[in-house]
Formats: sequence, structure tokens, C-alpha cells
Amino acid sequence: MSDATQSGPMLAADGTPLKRSLARALRMQKIRALMLIAPLLLFVLITFILPIGDMLFRSVENQIVRDTLPKTVVALRDWDPASGEAPDEDVYFALAQDLKIAVEAKTHTRLGSRLNYEQTGAASLFRKSGRKVKRMDLENDAPFKEAFVKIDKKWGEPQIWQTIKTYAPAYTNGYFLNSVDMQKGADGPEARPENQRIYIMLFGRTMFMSLVITVSCIMLGYPVAWILANLPMRQANLLMILVLLPFWTSLLVRTSAWKVMLQQQGVINDTLVWLGLVADDARLIMINNQFGTIVAMTHILLPFMILPMYSVMQTIPPSYLRAAKSLGANNWTAFWRVYFPQSVPGIGAGSILVFILAIGYYITPEIVGGTKGVFISNRIAYHISSSLNWGLAAALGTILLAVVLLFYWIYDKIVGIDNVKLGG
Amino acid sequence: MADSKNAGAFVEFERVQKSYDGETLVVKDLNLVMPKGEFLTMLGPSGSGKTTCLMMLAGFETATHGDIRLDGVSINNIPPHKRGIGMVFQNYALFPHMTVAENLSFPLEVRKLGKSEREQKVKRALDMVQMGAFGGRRPSQLSGGQQQRIALARALVFEAELVLMDEPLGALDKQLREHMQFEIKRIADDLGITVVYVTHDQTEAMTMSDRVAVFDDGVIQQLAPPDRLYEAPENSFVAQFIGENNTLEGLVKEIKDGRALVQLDDGELIDCNPINVGVGDRTRVSIRPERVEFNKERLREGTHTINANVLEFIYMGDIFRTRLRVAGNDEFVIKTRNAPDQVRLKPGEQIEIGWLPEDCRALDA
Repeated sequence: MSDATQSGPMLAADGTPLKRSLARALRMQKIRALMLIAPLLLFVLITFILPIGDMLFRSVENQIVRDTLPKTVVALRDWDPASGEAPDEDVYFALAQDLKIAVEAKTHTRLGSRLNYEQTGAASLFRKSGRKVKRMDLENDAPFKEAFVKIDKKWGEPQIWQTIKTYAPAYTNGYFLNSVDMQKGADGPEARPENQRIYIMLFGRTMFMSLVITVSCIMLGYPVAWILANLPMRQANLLMILVLLPFWTSLLVRTSAWKVMLQQQGVINDTLVWLGLVADDARLIMINNQFGTIVAMTHILLPFMILPMYSVMQTIPPSYLRAAKSLGANNWTAFWRVYFPQSVPGIGAGSILVFILAIGYYITPEIVGGTKGVFISNRIAYHISSSLNWGLAAALGTILLAVVLLFYWIYDKIVGIDNVKLGG
Repeated sequence: MADSKNAGAFVEFERVQKSYDGETLVVKDLNLVMPKGEFLTMLGPSGSGKTTCLMMLAGFETATHGDIRLDGVSINNIPPHKRGIGMVFQNYALFPHMTVAENLSFPLEVRKLGKSEREQKVKRALDMVQMGAFGGRRPSQLSGGQQQRIALARALVFEAELVLMDEPLGALDKQLREHMQFEIKRIADDLGITVVYVTHDQTEAMTMSDRVAVFDDGVIQQLAPPDRLYEAPENSFVAQFIGENNTLEGLVKEIKDGRALVQLDDGELIDCNPINVGVGDRTRVSIRPERVEFNKERLREGTHTINANVLEFIYMGDIFRTRLRVAGNDEFVIKTRNAPDQVRLKPGEQIEIGWLPEDCRALDA
């Protein structure tokens, strides 16, 4: 043990610790390397990391209630929702004061839509109340409780107050509860009514269908990759172009082509009817359901499976198979015991790629999925662009991200991430 | 299926031809008979058809024409995994996802041997190549020489009587290669197995083999023990290919009493041993560098001598290598042993050289 003979750190020739000396020598190199990647780093930071961070933040952010109704929130602190009674006059007075300001700033409708996510009818309640509150006189119109109940009798019921009180804090787990078909009840989270549950089912369907798509891609892609890897260069290149051809065609065109193929008056059905395999009045329903989504997405994602498999198989020398056969293994044993285990990293890489792409796919399920074949991503898109419930969309997106990371972690535990190869 | 006509033959190639494209023959009319226990090397430049022959024997290529027999039975239609032939591949082809022991166990598993028997055989095979302690390692954790030993052990573990080796030492450095040559030879002798060994390294072929088949252009040019091959090449390809060789070109003037008189292109006359030439033929005369003599006293009475110019003297330790100009050939080399009384020639010297007529072989041009 040579380093045991010298106590303390190793020293360079000039007496400085060797570690520091080395760090100094490498500093310039490190700075230069950092400057080279700086543009990309900035780009990724601005266009990727920050938006994701913002999304994560939005999924819990809930400033709007306490910003719009600051006094009401304070006044509501002493109110006990379990009493089953509407709050006292001072709360109504606070609400009147808050709404007066909010109406001036026109923020009361935004609060209305925010609370509408939690309680249907809140949007119209606030819009209606806003108009009336404008004409209210804070000095003389007391008692405000009666005034508000006159505007809408919902103000006299505890439910709206409970919603306001529940969503008063600046941060909420409400979006996440919502994402897993739960809601904030009077005493903590509770399951939503049966007829309002949708997200768990959608998550489950997304997982299941992505899995089916991944497995179909493995089944269809493996032989193709094998042929690609074992053909002479010229033929392999030609075949490779065929594999890559879908990449060069617009996604929309490909998906629409499947619509043409699969619909009830489409090519496949027409052919089957013409062949007499299917009765004209019993044409198969192959689109706007899960089947259509699986077929179209398998087709679209197939290259992502074939390419990593191909590049891994290319590095497996044919001599392994020959060796196995010379040792007495028949074709199947040689393949299964020798070739297949070495191609697993390719399958792994392809599967991760396809599964993660599938889980977040949006356009294809939207076009060919109908109602039965849509994914969670379609719901997220709906909340972003139609219902404008960005908080819920963010929560759903966060859960999706977490699920992908979880799968990645599981994969790492089972197969090992260093076993993933995208190429030689 | 015709049975063997050659009694005692273990491996037989009979009129075997092979073509990949239907236009050219890679192997032309190969006939070869090997007795059991022989160590035969197929030697030749790349593209000479030697590896193709090996692959046909292993079953990875089918013969376009002809019969290949193993122990008297035609194996043309037997798939490789049923031939029971051990094989060592050029890059060893050790399965990277299995440990060394699993690699060795593989051929026993597919033969459905019991666990204890497998372990016993694997252990014995590993001990044989002195790798007993490495059973738990992965091939990637072994050095090239160690991988080579494992590949050898794997080819032997299922007790194949015939083992094929396709340039097994090609990837090793020189010292290790020489060591492994002796090792392989020793193991082959100990086990009494029959070995077909393919290489393009003639030293390897010379040191290991009982017989060497020199391949060129899809044809066996000569099949002989190493000493015959070196000392008595039957054609100029073999003479050129095996060992260092001096070539002089000329015309056969007469053949008398087993001696040929050859007139070299610059007019000089020399006595030669005619091998495959007739009177009036062009010939390439082949003389080994160490059989050339420039000390007249050691030459036989009446031998023809010819003049030579010393061009270069190279000291190589155990030998001296002197390059001469002889009959217009600047690449004429002689080798002399480094003995205390040995003359060290200097560039520019004029000398007379000669040789025994038996050592000077007049071959085809």
C-alpha cells in the first residue's frame, strides 16, 4: 500500500495539494467545454426545464381565491363548515367589500370560473353577483346577508362557503385529487360520485393501450430488425428506406390513411365484404375505438422500435449463432439461448422509446380514437384549450410525468439502464 | 450415400466443389483424406478457399458438388448441430451474456446431460486449459489468451473427436501466439483428437501440424508434412509461400541423370533438381537462403558457381542476412549462422556462390 506510507494528501512538485493543482490545470478546459454547450444548455433551460417547472408549479398553485377575496378568506376562518349553517353577517360584509374591488378590476369572473371547477354553478353565481354588487352601497345596505341571499339563494347555503374556505390557501392539492377522481370534502379527500369518475379509467386505459402497442411493436419489429441486420448491405439499405418512409410522411396523412383503411365503408371492410368473409350489414367496426388507435399507433411508432433493435442486432456477430450450432444447439435453441439474450438491450431501448412516446401520444388517438380510444393526453389537451382548467391539466401532466419516471425506474431495476443500447 | 473407399480414413473430401455465385469456383475439385488423430493445417493466402473448406466440414456452407464424409458417413445433409464437431472460431465467439462455466456447460446442456455430470466435465475441461479458477468470470473480463483457452475448452468439453479451428490465434500477440501453439498441440496430442486447423501464418502451420495442405486459388497445391513442404516444394507457389525463398528464372537446357542444366536469363548455367519441368520449359529455380554457400571449400567438386554482388548485410543476432545481386535479381538473400569463424560480407564485395544441385529445385514458371 504505497499511499499509506504518506500521510495527508498527495502533493504536486511545487508543494500544493495535487488535487488542487489538477483542478487548476483542468479549469480552462472545463470552462471551454462549458462555453461550447452553453447555447444548448440555455435553449433547453428556457424551452424545456422552465416550462416543465411552471407546469409543476401550476398544478398546486391556487393564489386566486385569497387574492380576490382577501377579507372574506380571513372572515371565514372562524366559520365551521360542519355546522351546516351559512356564515355570519361579517363574512357577507367582507364578501361585499372584496367583490366591490374585484368587480372594478373585473377579476370576479375569473374567480368564478376557478371555483366552477370545484362546484358547478359558481361561475354564473359570481357573474350574477358581480353585477348586483356594483350597485350595492357598503355604508347603508346592511345586512348584507339578506342582500346576497336575495341575489342568489346559493349564498344562503353552506356549500359555496365551504368551497371558498377549502380553496382559500395559496397552494392546494385539489387539482391532484381531481386527477385521481377525488375531491376535497368537508372532512378531507373523498371519492367523487361514480358518474364523475373518469381520470383513473383514462390513466389505466392509457397504460394498457401503450403496453399493447409496445408489445405489438416488439412482435412486428423484431423479425424486421433481424432481417435488416442479416441482409447484405444493399438490400438492407433498401429495406431501411422502407422502414424510414413513414418518418418522412406527415403524421396526419398517415393517421388519416388509417381512417380510410379502417372505416366501415373503408378499404378493408369493402375487401372483406367482397370476399364474402363479412356480411354487408355486419361490417367490422375498426375505427373510433381502441382497435383503431392501437393499429394506427403501432404503425406510427414501429420505426422507433425497429431502429434500436436493428442497431443492436447489427453488432451481434453471426459467429455466435454458428458457435452455438457447432456446440450442438438446434436453430431454435441457438436463437433463444444465444442470439435473443444479446438482442434484449435493443428490445429494451425500443420498448422504452415506444412506450413513453405512446403514453403521451395525442394526435392519433384524437383522430382515430373516437370516445373509447382516447388517451389521457387528449383530456389534458381538452383542459388546456377548451375548459381552460390549466391547473388540472398541469396536475394530470405531472402525474403522467411521474408515471413515466416510475416506469423508467422499474425498468432500470429489472433490466438495468446500462443495458439499453441505441447503437453499437 | 457411398461409403468410404479409403480404409482408416476419418475425414474425407471427395471431388468437392464450392461456388457462391454460380460463376466462379471458390473450391475446385478438392480431394483430401485424413486419418484419425491427425493434426492437419489448411494454409493459404486469404481467398484461397481454406476457410470455405472448413465451413463446409462444419456444415455452415453446403458443397456445390462432391461428398464430404466423416468416419465413413456422408455428412452433406446433416445439419451442423448434429455433426458433433467442435469448433474454435476466429474471434472465439464466446457468448458474452454467459459466464465461462455457462459457456462450457452450454454444449452439455443441449445434449441434456445431468447437472453433476455437466459440472464435472466443465471442471475437467477448464483444468485442462489451466483456467480452473475462472469459471465464474464473464468472457469480457478475460484477456485475449484466456478467452482463447476458454474457446478451446468449449470446443473440447463435449468430447468431439474432430475439432476445427479457424485462425484461432490470429488476435493474439506474437509471444502468446507461440505459447498457445504448443499448448494446442499438446492438448490435441493428449486427447488424441483429429484437428483441422486453418491459418495464413506459415510458422503456425509448420510448428503444429502433422501435415499441411497449402491452398491457392481453390486448389490444394501441396499436401505434405512440414519438412517435405519446406525442403521439397512441388511447385513455385509453395516454394514462394513457405519460408523465405530465392527465385531465379531461366530455361531448361537438358535433363540428364536426374539433373537439369538451366540457363539463367543472363546466360549463366546452373545445375538443378528438376521437379515438374521438361527440356525447353521456362523454369523458376528455387533455392532456400540457408542452402546457399559462398565458401568454395565446402562446395562439391565440379559444382557450377555464379557471381554475386553483395548489396546489403543485416545483422540479426542468431543469423546474418545478406542481400545479393545474382543473375540480375536484386532480392537474392542468403542466411548464414552467427558462428565465431563466420565471414561477415561487406556491401560491394564480389563473391561466388554455389549450392548442392538437390537443393536447387527447378519448378514451373
